[in-house]
Amino acid sequence: MPRYFTDEHEWIDVEGDSATVGITDYAQEQLGDIVFVELPDVGAMLDKGGDAAVVESVKAASDVYSPITGEVTEANGSLEDEPALVNSSPEEDGWFFRMTVGDKAEFEGLMDDKAYKAFVDNL
Amino acid sequence: MSDNETPDDDIPLGKLPLDQWHRANGARMVPFAGYEMPIQYAGEHGGIVAEHTWTRENAGLFDVSHMGQLLLSGEGLDAAVEAILPIDLSTLKLGRQRYSLLLDEDGGVLDDLMVSRWPGHLHFVVNGAVKYDDIGYLREHLPDEITLHHMDDHALLALQGPKAVDALARHTTGEYALTDLTFMHFGRFEIAGHNATIARAGYTGEDGFEISIAADAATEIADLLCAEPEVNPIGLGARDSLRLEAGLPLYGHDLSSEISPIEAGLIFGINKRRRTEGGFMGATRICREIAEGTARKCVGLTLGGRMPAREGADVYAGDSRVGTVTSGGFSPTLGAPIAMAYVDSEHAANGTALECEVRKKRLPATVSPMPFVPHNYFRGN
Repeated sequence: MPRYFTDEHEWIDVEGDSATVGITDYAQEQLGDIVFVELPDVGAMLDKGGDAAVVESVKAASDVYSPITGEVTEANGSLEDEPALVNSSPEEDGWFFRMTVGDKAEFEGLMDDKAYKAFVDNL
Repeated sequence: MSDNETPDDDIPLGKLPLDQWHRANGARMVPFAGYEMPIQYAGEHGGIVAEHTWTRENAGLFDVSHMGQLLLSGEGLDAAVEAILPIDLSTLKLGRQRYSLLLDEDGGVLDDLMVSRWPGHLHFVVNGAVKYDDIGYLREHLPDEITLHHMDDHALLALQGPKAVDALARHTTGEYALTDLTFMHFGRFEIAGHNATIARAGYTGEDGFEISIAADAATEIADLLCAEPEVNPIGLGARDSLRLEAGLPLYGHDLSSEISPIEAGLIFGINKRRRTEGGFMGATRICREIAEGTARKCVGLTLGGRMPAREGADVYAGDSRVGTVTSGGFSPTLGAPIAMAYVDSEHAANGTALECEVRKKRLPATVSPMPFVPHNYFRGN
């Protein structure tokens, strides 16, 4: 199952025509203690690079963008009760939402694990 | 993902005396008030919520050396200062500190500050972001006989929390014991052989101290205090959430030249004699507002749910927009979002049900008394 990364620190796992999206460990570390996550509604149509979710830390609100174009099929309900999952398990249990994969060509501009690590090391 | 906060301008940032100390202690540095300052620290006790909770339960060391320390002296000092500030210096005795306000001629707030009566001097602590403006304003309006010295060779550390007194008392010597100080009193002490002027005051709502020392002693004293089991370094992030819970306004957000101290609920900063006598900057408007009230007021808001309303969020009563949030965030102590807002006075009574609009959603908000978390000042046994 390939995982891709954006330069806005989202990750996306792709499984056939479906994908799971979250924010990276680097992102949660930068945000600090997360107190609320506003997730997209199921059925919402997201554009690549468009607003998808909002993460509220104690200090500030930050936008999360959709890595690809598609329709939201599921939102992670666990984050409602436990937004701190994004801090403790950002790249597994703290996933944000699942979506359909419209155009596989959109993955081409994204980074793989190695490229993202190099990207973060240079920040 | 992107941070919604806009970065500061490209003015070169200053470095505080503890700059290297912060970095060595795992601080993440951010631009604030013209300096690189620690927003939070790494490690087991680091992070805004952990640092916040640590301060409420133990003791936190804050570097507030960005703030301006000003020392005023000269013939006719009290009268000269009273011509500007709405303070009654006749009741400010040696060893006492008092909150005051720097107002413009129209009664807008240019800054809020602490005034202390030192032997032969008055000592001001002003906000870092506006200290050079304050100095300019004071120099312009003070007579030539008054000397204004900017103590920029000094650092200011705040040790805050219920265990601050235990940690600090182990290192202070002086004519009398540190524990003899009560809230808003200060004294001269020595810490590890360095002169220190220590006030029992702060910006967290907790018992605690503000420690003025020579800049070149700051690293040694910060190390000494952080070696105490009760003490961890605390960044600006927790400083902001602590002061918001304590209902203390932040200049540039809850206070500005567009706001009068009466709107802000800071009438205690206009000392009693001055309310009737006037004779300070902005007195005409201030005295009128004390008599007639103001059209808007600063209130506390507690929000339902977990989504915070941030600075700039509109406040509604039904369909009418009745105000704006000036500070908002998530209260670690209460586990709920809280805010300060300016609202039309008819909607300012405690218990009034309002709504905050965040990203086109309406969040229920109730006007609530401040502080949100009770103050824990030491006023004597």
